[in-house]
Amino acid sequence: MSAEVFSLFYQFADVFAFLILSAAGLAIVFGMMGVINMAHGEFIMCGAYVTVGLVNLGVPLAIAQMLAAVTAGLIGVLVEFLVVRRFYKRPLDSLLATWGLSLIVTQSMLLIVGSAVRGIGTPEGSFAIGGYTFSTYRLVLFGCAVAVLAGLYTIFMKTRFGVIARATMQNAAMAKALGARTGRIYAISFGIGTGLAGLCGALYAPTMTLIPTMGATFVVESFVTVVIGGANVLLGTAPAAVFLAMIRMALNASYGQIIGQIGMLVAVILIIRVLPEGLSSVLVRRGR
Amino acid sequence: MFKLLEGPQTLGRGKMFWSCFLVVLAGALAYPLFADSYDVGNFAYFLIWIFMALGLCLMWGYGGMLSFGQTLFFGIAGYGYGVLAINMGGGTATIAALALSVVLAMIAAGILGYFMIWGGINGIFFGIVTLSATLVLAFFLGQTAGPEWHIGPARLNGFNGMKGMDPLTVGDFYIEGSALYYVMVALIVIVYLALRMLVNSGIGNVIVATRENPQRAEMLGYDVRKYQLLTFVIGSGLAGLSGALYTSWGQFITPSSIGLPAAAMPIVWVAFSGRSDLTATLVGSFLLLFGFQTITVYSQQAALVLMGALLLATVMLAPQGFVLGIGKLAADWWRGRRWPSDVVAEAGRLQPEDS
Repeated sequence: MSAEVFSLFYQFADVFAFLILSAAGLAIVFGMMGVINMAHGEFIMCGAYVTVGLVNLGVPLAIAQMLAAVTAGLIGVLVEFLVVRRFYKRPLDSLLATWGLSLIVTQSMLLIVGSAVRGIGTPEGSFAIGGYTFSTYRLVLFGCAVAVLAGLYTIFMKTRFGVIARATMQNAAMAKALGARTGRIYAISFGIGTGLAGLCGALYAPTMTLIPTMGATFVVESFVTVVIGGANVLLGTAPAAVFLAMIRMALNASYGQIIGQIGMLVAVILIIRVLPEGLSSVLVRRGR
Repeated sequence: MFKLLEGPQTLGRGKMFWSCFLVVLAGALAYPLFADSYDVGNFAYFLIWIFMALGLCLMWGYGGMLSFGQTLFFGIAGYGYGVLAINMGGGTATIAALALSVVLAMIAAGILGYFMIWGGINGIFFGIVTLSATLVLAFFLGQTAGPEWHIGPARLNGFNGMKGMDPLTVGDFYIEGSALYYVMVALIVIVYLALRMLVNSGIGNVIVATRENPQRAEMLGYDVRKYQLLTFVIGSGLAGLSGALYTSWGQFITPSSIGLPAAAMPIVWVAFSGRSDLTATLVGSFLLLFGFQTITVYSQQAALVLMGALLLATVMLAPQGFVLGIGKLAADWWRGRRWPSDVVAEAGRLQPEDS
């Protein structure tokens, strides 16, 4: 019996981790700046390629993954400085600009690196409960997702940067008047967002085939999570991921991946009819 | 009714503009007489996509709804045409298949649009919800390779694509080559003129008023949601028309015409051309398709990199669109040469006119 319960938890944890890791970076950028980064998938791809490249050079996996996340974060800061910065007052144009960037990056990668790169295989290790065998790495991913949420909570609720960032989010003009360097806050937040995207790619790199278009695998999940999560990462994205993971898990188990994805999309379309501003609007209102 | 062909919502009026229009149309009609059939087929191929671009121009430029889902409805109608044409047995029934598949796309747009518009989804989310739906359809169709995925005798065939449907046919006559080209030109003229009349009509003015300020339009007594839904259904239906014509043109459709990067193409065409005007979209989309096809022959990736760069350059340098900007400069220069004082009056075309 306990094996079945654990198996259910394992399946839930797997989907939950995927949703949180792929959506957290997108949600931070949307929450802070109201910008949806259409090149999110490309930062995920960047994280994955850097990880695999470093591992092939002999760097240990965990360190390679950290370096990949940092690389994606730094590239993110650069992109913010060169492109995204100009569009904070025109959110729709920021969507188009980052989409243009996404096209350029994906197709250039296809031109330069070609379609396939030698992968690195999922880290060994599994454990058995009852009659079932589980992969340890999937649980590591779940642990990372929880750690990302905890880390974001600490950064945004417990540090001086977090206070200023939340002030900027609430009223950028007022925060600026009080001396906050909102430009720098935006750049750092964008970097955190793309760094998290890089981390997502780094963590999933061992589990999937590396192709320049791999970002597309993640974007639907990250989009729908942010759409029903709304602008608040902790009070929106996390509950949204719990909710979507339950739907997805139930459908995946009985009908397979693609029906799970369709079901998730249908659920999201039904929910936005009732809650256009996302779950966080309800939770934040309750909290006050 | 023909007075609506010109008005405050569309650029181009008077003898000069319509003479140019007729010259271009005459050129287009004469083209197959002195071009070889391969080039005519290519031209017909460019024209297929124009409907999709005009539909997006209507939704985005006039209605203020940035839909990333043009290829979603393109795919629904494209696959719809294939399934219907195969099931109804070809022949003249293909004309019915074309009409029904476009209706199918419009129904799908009505359902999706209802949930989004009545849910009050705003600018950015409208884009990403439509894009999510688009990608999910592409993923779904991509995994339908097995023999169990069929509708009647029509196999979906996953990534290999669906094939075996008849092209548009009347009796025993296949509409291909020059005939298809003339059908396309006729359809584009009809759609272009009809859209001009629509946006200059009362309905069109409400659509533009909603784009400018939804609250204000609502306070003036219009149920803006109905107008937005109407815009979305028409715009998506035009994408559907492109899709059905595409399948009929090549007797073939794959999920890659739905997913990324295909979904970005209509956005690039319309953004580059100038979303706020139908004529600019028509001209610009055609030029881009022509250029894209020329480069694709050498390298598809390079062509797509260029498209991405054009999108980025458009939003950074000319957010209103390059073709529209150049067109306006040319028009100003022309008028400035003849009646310098009129240039000032032309500056804001949303303002009421005396004439």
